[in-house]
Amino acid sequence: MSFPLLTATAALPAIGAIATAAVPAARRTAAKWLALLVSLATLALAVIVLVRFDPDGDRYQLTESHSWIKDFGVRYELGVDGIAVALIALTALLIPFVILAGWHDADPLETHSSRWRPTQGFFALILAVEAMVIISFEATDVFLFYIFFEAMLIPMYFLIGGFGDRAHAGSDEHAAAQRSYAAVKFLLYNLAGGLIMLAAVIGLYVVAGNFSLQEIAEARANGSLDMATNTERWLFLGFFFAFAVKAPLWPLHTWLPNAMGESTAPVAVLITAVVDKVGTFAMLRFCLQLFPEASKWATPAILVLALISIIYGALLAVGQRDIKRLVAYASISHFGFIIMGIFAMTSQGQSGATLYMVNHGISTAALMLVAGFLITRRGSRLIADYGGVQKVAPVLAGTFLIGSLATLSLPGLAPFVSEFLVLIGTFARYPVIGIIATFGIVLAALYTLVLYQRTMTGPVKPEVSAMPDLKVRELVVVAPLIALLIFLGVYPKPLTDIVNPAVKQTMSDVHKKDPKPEVEAAK
Amino acid sequence: MDNLIALLVAAPLLGAAVLLCGGRRLDAVGHWIGTVLASASFVIGAILFADMLGKDEEHRAIGQHLFSWIPVEGFQADVAFQLDQLSMTFVLLITGVGSLIHVYSIGYMEHDERRRRFFGYLNLFLAAMLLLVLADNYLLLYVGWEGVGLASYLLIGFWQHKPSAATAAKKAFLVNRVGDMGLSIAIMLMFTTFGTFAFGPVLEATGETGEGKLTAIGLMLLLAACGKSAQVPLQSWLGDAMEGPTPVSALIHAATMVTAGVYLIVRSGEIFNAAPDAQLVTTVVGAVTLLFGAIVGCAKDDIKKALAGSTMSQIGYMILAAGLGPIGYVFAIMHLVTHGFFKAGLFLGAGSVMHGMNDEVDMRKYGGLRKHMPVTFVTFGLGYLAIIGFPGLSGFFSKDKIIEAAFAKGGTEGWILGSVALLGAAITAFYMTRVMLMTFFGEKRWQPDEKGNEPHPHESPRSMTIPMIVLAFGSVFAGGFFGIGDRFLHWLEPVTEHAHGHPPIGATAITLSTVTVMIVGVGLAYLQYGRRPVPVVAPRGSLLTRAARRDLLQDDFNHVVLVRGGEHLTRSLVYVDHTLVDGVVNGTAASMGGLSGRLRKLQNGYARSYAVSMFGGAAILIAATLLMRAV
Repeated sequence: MSFPLLTATAALPAIGAIATAAVPAARRTAAKWLALLVSLATLALAVIVLVRFDPDGDRYQLTESHSWIKDFGVRYELGVDGIAVALIALTALLIPFVILAGWHDADPLETHSSRWRPTQGFFALILAVEAMVIISFEATDVFLFYIFFEAMLIPMYFLIGGFGDRAHAGSDEHAAAQRSYAAVKFLLYNLAGGLIMLAAVIGLYVVAGNFSLQEIAEARANGSLDMATNTERWLFLGFFFAFAVKAPLWPLHTWLPNAMGESTAPVAVLITAVVDKVGTFAMLRFCLQLFPEASKWATPAILVLALISIIYGALLAVGQRDIKRLVAYASISHFGFIIMGIFAMTSQGQSGATLYMVNHGISTAALMLVAGFLITRRGSRLIADYGGVQKVAPVLAGTFLIGSLATLSLPGLAPFVSEFLVLIGTFARYPVIGIIATFGIVLAALYTLVLYQRTMTGPVKPEVSAMPDLKVRELVVVAPLIALLIFLGVYPKPLTDIVNPAVKQTMSDVHKKDPKPEVEAAK
Repeated sequence: MDNLIALLVAAPLLGAAVLLCGGRRLDAVGHWIGTVLASASFVIGAILFADMLGKDEEHRAIGQHLFSWIPVEGFQADVAFQLDQLSMTFVLLITGVGSLIHVYSIGYMEHDERRRRFFGYLNLFLAAMLLLVLADNYLLLYVGWEGVGLASYLLIGFWQHKPSAATAAKKAFLVNRVGDMGLSIAIMLMFTTFGTFAFGPVLEATGETGEGKLTAIGLMLLLAACGKSAQVPLQSWLGDAMEGPTPVSALIHAATMVTAGVYLIVRSGEIFNAAPDAQLVTTVVGAVTLLFGAIVGCAKDDIKKALAGSTMSQIGYMILAAGLGPIGYVFAIMHLVTHGFFKAGLFLGAGSVMHGMNDEVDMRKYGGLRKHMPVTFVTFGLGYLAIIGFPGLSGFFSKDKIIEAAFAKGGTEGWILGSVALLGAAITAFYMTRVMLMTFFGEKRWQPDEKGNEPHPHESPRSMTIPMIVLAFGSVFAGGFFGIGDRFLHWLEPVTEHAHGHPPIGATAITLSTVTVMIVGVGLAYLQYGRRPVPVVAPRGSLLTRAARRDLLQDDFNHVVLVRGGEHLTRSLVYVDHTLVDGVVNGTAASMGGLSGRLRKLQNGYARSYAVSMFGGAAILIAATLLMRAV
């Protein structure tokens, strides 16, 4: 038996989480370094996965399979395709930056006793989330996926509810109430989605007799497993609902602004750049493969919801007064693009959607983490409390601007590639929806540039006049993210090479072919 | 030789990277690095030009394929360049005028502590603009297209501490984004129609699709051109863009970037040729804008804004010519180049005046400056004669050809377009004479400011006057050099094609009318601003004057409809999201599972206990699954 690389990639941060939590209270710094080293080692493993993965090889590679709950045919089955590999790499890449950016976010206040332990907890929880997200990307057993899809809610809940943003406008009590509201709302929304999915998972078992994604998908493809139209549709909806809550898709999005607003910036990045991606990833992997006909049946409705998300999220972002909520609504708009790309059912749309997941992760991390540095300095999340920062902290402002430009998908930066692919892939099949979605690019420029103008330009506000520029630790966080945004904007080929074959598979799962161009068709 | 093309872009791109990432230690030499790399690009351009001249007409286009950019199933986007006569013309204009303006900026920005960054942005602009004109497909062109938009944004807002500059920068980017939507949609339409968006394949296959598709593509490209080239209805940003430092106004908002729309249309000639409706709309946009800009230019007292109105108007001429099809393409580009010389020269002259006048821009506070700034006066004066179309100078040749071509469109349209173009020529002569008289003639009208500082007008340093002199040469001789013997026509014809237009009245008659209306325009301006003293405080003016001062009320319209309307929309949506969407979803859940009741309870402090029970539940779930295995 070969070395279980996929298990190791998920197990390492899990073990790291336990080890970090066990570090004695007084050795806070050691715990931080331990967490950082574990996340870097995980990144190294993810890179090995990336290198070992052969884009032209089998659909699922590095597979592991063990029997687990025999009675129900639940197996411990792992395997990755190109889409999963890209997202595992994204997750493993972002976590070290999340840890580094949140280095002081869980430090004890002066009022805390020396035995205060949550610092360790904060970093342990981040690693726990990483482990569960990675295994969700790897699981090819539906039940196994479901367990970790749900289980990651627990560490996330504590990260949101236990480690809020210290830059809160209200009193401490008010802040705590807001925070627990946000955390519970996050939990209940996602749990509700999860419960419905559980019903669908059980239903799937009743119909198919096992939980193996590959077996069921194969049986569906060769016709040996027939589902009644209605059964398939109900099961599809059950799965899709859970993923749409997590993604989040309008109108199930309202938990995200609360959660991202109340948590610290690194945790907000964890939510939107990493955890939410499991939702869109699962649409591609489970909804389309297991229920191809139902997916096509639901496409028009889903496209309309995605389109609403794009425009609605962007308009709401324009109306925000709070920096972090603004980024949250921008993310809702971006998730609309991802879902639209998946359900446009074209190669360009689905490749674009996969790239979008990666690029959105990087660009949101860049923007949100710099916003976090800014907020920590001033102690406020309100846009109106800033002004003229560019004059006193030009490097901070410059990196914030690049993050903003990535968010508005400026050509030359990575998000442009994915957004344009999604748009063109949608337009090819649904021209009207594609054109309306294009309005999103104007709105994105509006909310990002207004944010930049109000915070960074103009006369220097007295409260920010002594604001220090980025420190070395912060630069180490931001610079690589910016370099990646530029690199993947200019040369996305390494990523598309991995993703393309997987998309081709998905396209054939749903029996869809790209529309032919008019002129070529005429020939 | 082919491999040199990438270097054209790479040199200024390197400059931008070094200057923007280099930090303070490059402050002392930053402007030299920027200028040297801009000039290097010009030298490479000149070498490629010499090489191109050595080949015969039909084989001058060369290309360079760098790498496959976005390879996705059914979608092929490359980073590849194409250098033909049309691109070459732009390369020389961009790098030539660009290098001169780098030199000028060394002096102009001498006292600015962020000069290094300024040069970094200028280099970034050059790189993006070169990418725009060298790209061999529409998607790569799009990268340059938005790249110049970014550089423009950064440079308009260069003095970010001024709220007006920051607002103007944002406005320019946003209005341009509306145009960019047009370019996006045009590319998508090309993709679904032709399966590609590379120039060659698309432009060759135009015959294989219907006129409807081509009209749609043409109109979308026109929308993009309207944004970038400040044409009605997307013109509102250009006047505000004058918040940027004057060298920026000269390079980006006069000579190069704003003409990108003309490039786009001429480059896409085959699409427009097969879509007469799109062409008609293009000529109308050009004609309306050329009057719009000219009228605005008459009313502005701010010297840069008067020139901005003029730029808009002159680009209107180019767009009009481009809309005329093969009888106009060559002349659109010819006017673009001569305009590049004289308008850049005029802006640099304006900058020189401001430099000597403590950054005063109000022409009512100038007067009689010819005695104090002889070099500026002479070079500005030559640019002035060129733009009004004084016989023998650059503008005379290029504008006259456009007016002729407009008449040659034929029918009623031809008469209307031709007359508008003639009328525009008269107004051009009027407003430019006004600028000239208010600035350099009459009595001095400047006063000490509140602090008692009186401006001491003086000639600018040599680093500023030399670029002005060079551009003045271009303003005087370029038109004749291009026009006599149809040199420019023969140069560009292999790329753009050319058809000789046959105006309903003789070419000589048109030329005579052009000269006549010019004299009328100059005379009227002389009567008002030369014979009578210019009041220091602007008179109330007629309704039209007042409207023109406010950019013909377009900003007011935008403010009321778009800004206010948008604010109301987003505010009400924020409310709706908070109460309705959140409420309905929570409510639905409540009716199904008592979610909202629990939520309310939790807010009252049960959060912790609930979390514990939640955690407990999850733990039981996991334990149960593990146990099952054991059983």
